[in-house]
Amino acid sequence: MNHRSSSSSSALPPGPRRAFGITLARGAALLVALSAGLGACNKKSEAAGAAPAGSNAAAVAAPSKVPVTLLNVSYDPTRELYQEFNTAFAKHWKDKAGQDVKVNQSHGGGGKQARAVLDGLEADVVTLALGYDVAILQDKGKLIPENWQSRLPQNSAPYTSTIVFVVRKGNPKKIKDWNDLTREGVQVITPSPKTSGGARWNYLAAWGYALKQPGGDEAKAREFVSKLYKNVPVLDSGARGATTTFVERKIGDVLITWENEAILSVHEFAKDNLELVVPSVSVLTEPPVTVVDKNVDKHGTREVAEAYLQFLYTPEGQAIVAKNYYRPRDAATLAKYKAQFPDVQLFTVDDLFGGWSKAQPTHFNDGGIFDQIYQPKK
Amino acid sequence: MRFKTRGVLPGFGLSLGYTVLYVGLLVLLPLSAMILKASSLGLSEFWLKVTDERALAAYRLSFGSAFVGSLLNAVFGVLVAWVLVRYRFPGRSIVDALVDLPFALPTAVAGIALTTVYAEHGVLGEPLAKLGLKVAFTPLGVTMALTFIGIPFVVRTVQPVLEEIDPDVEEAAAVLGATRFQTFRRVIFPALLPATLTGFALAFARALGEYGSVVFISGNMPMRTEITPLLIVTKLEQYDYAGATAIAAVMLVASFGMLLLVNLLERWARRAEA
Repeated sequence: MNHRSSSSSSALPPGPRRAFGITLARGAALLVALSAGLGACNKKSEAAGAAPAGSNAAAVAAPSKVPVTLLNVSYDPTRELYQEFNTAFAKHWKDKAGQDVKVNQSHGGGGKQARAVLDGLEADVVTLALGYDVAILQDKGKLIPENWQSRLPQNSAPYTSTIVFVVRKGNPKKIKDWNDLTREGVQVITPSPKTSGGARWNYLAAWGYALKQPGGDEAKAREFVSKLYKNVPVLDSGARGATTTFVERKIGDVLITWENEAILSVHEFAKDNLELVVPSVSVLTEPPVTVVDKNVDKHGTREVAEAYLQFLYTPEGQAIVAKNYYRPRDAATLAKYKAQFPDVQLFTVDDLFGGWSKAQPTHFNDGGIFDQIYQPKK
Repeated sequence: MRFKTRGVLPGFGLSLGYTVLYVGLLVLLPLSAMILKASSLGLSEFWLKVTDERALAAYRLSFGSAFVGSLLNAVFGVLVAWVLVRYRFPGRSIVDALVDLPFALPTAVAGIALTTVYAEHGVLGEPLAKLGLKVAFTPLGVTMALTFIGIPFVVRTVQPVLEEIDPDVEEAAAVLGATRFQTFRRVIFPALLPATLTGFALAFARALGEYGSVVFISGNMPMRTEITPLLIVTKLEQYDYAGATAIAAVMLVASFGMLLLVNLLERWARRAEA
């Protein structure tokens, strides 16, 4: 490390105009050259990107079709679901249209994923955790039309889930329902709703429970939720982090989480240490899916992208959904997998909160109710 | 200051051109984009956002723990560098390599590892909890993580300087009648001070921006263990780009001011030494 560097870093040394001008000119020339180079690269990659599009159109006439690639941008826990689903769809599409399709997956926190698409990640379809994160693609990016949620059946949510509890083996704290989470001496693990989409479902589920109690109103619900969050010792930034805190670090008595995650961790990873508890009331989580119009039109992949999402609603797609512990929409499939989905009284965000576009600012934006729970009173 | 080329190698104009382009493209361009975004807020709204109570608490934690962490590193980093340079012992090269590990490790890995060790049921967390000392999910844990990631900076800046100080100098001081403390105070310390300050500044700057390792060990409780970078992520999560960049701008200006101050101190120390 050169310690002398600091002394020369104060400013650009003023000097003879001529020399400086030359320097600048050279810098500018380099910049031009560089950007020209970048531009060329861009064109090249665009051409490459456009290739499947053009050839796709051409391929409609031709018998042998060029393989097509889709990008599905999703949230964290759907990794296994879409791995299985993509294989099934590739086979389906090959049989139906005679074209090879490869679906690439991108997973991460729902909000981060939506921002990536907003900032230019060229997803053909998005399958995110909250309607709010998809709506932002319309609001801020105009990537999808206003009526996006009514283009596919059931609010564009081909599968649902709900929020349940995971407790330690034998349920030592006797946790049966939401009101047990506000008891003194019970430690609750849930991520921060400020950074995690899943945590927002958890919060709204608790709020909804309090509303649905006899004599429940907004003030009571607020008190209930404040009390619950007093029992939260750690606010992890994401759902996977909270699971780690609970399962690996053995902190807390109860983990609030998606049903699909809960079944997965209880049945497959920690049979001997954990138990699933289903509360009396919970929220129906509806993770929506949509084609990203601007990107599919650019790539020429609209037809296959739409077929991909519609395939989620077919009996075959619904069975894969159920096998991955998401609740299928199809009644016949649901009946078949009845054993793994216990009955819960479910409410939707639209029912109780007037949709995400209202719930988000009221509860989770800066200065919202969640912040007020923590902000010291002035 | 004069604008002239020193040395015999040609190409001053070209290399300065490259420098300007490089720094401009890689550093100034994204930073100005950030400031531009932040300036889309009105002045009063900007002020409201950056002086929000929650933001103030986050600054206190971020700057405070970064400062304490790099101060610890300044003291113990010099010690480690001293041992590595002045003594030969078995396993020295291994220790030397270990120092760089926090550089190489993805910070999330560091965060998860530290949390595992210091959480309630962790190897160190359990006995410490019995003593009434909670590390994970407290400001102490944050400081811990920031100290961890800063270790290499001081060691690696002080090491080469120490290597250049001949042990003869110390012997000469002793021969001339200096006590051990005087030798340290008058001979060694002044020579090491500028490098230590540089190391401190680097560790401090690094710690301020650290996100990956801290979010795991901090527990992210609003007002208590929420670092400023997390606050920025929180704002992004609600698509408040302007608010996020406003906080970022405050961080930027503050860090720049501090780095400038440390650089000035360093120059002063060097002059005092000369």
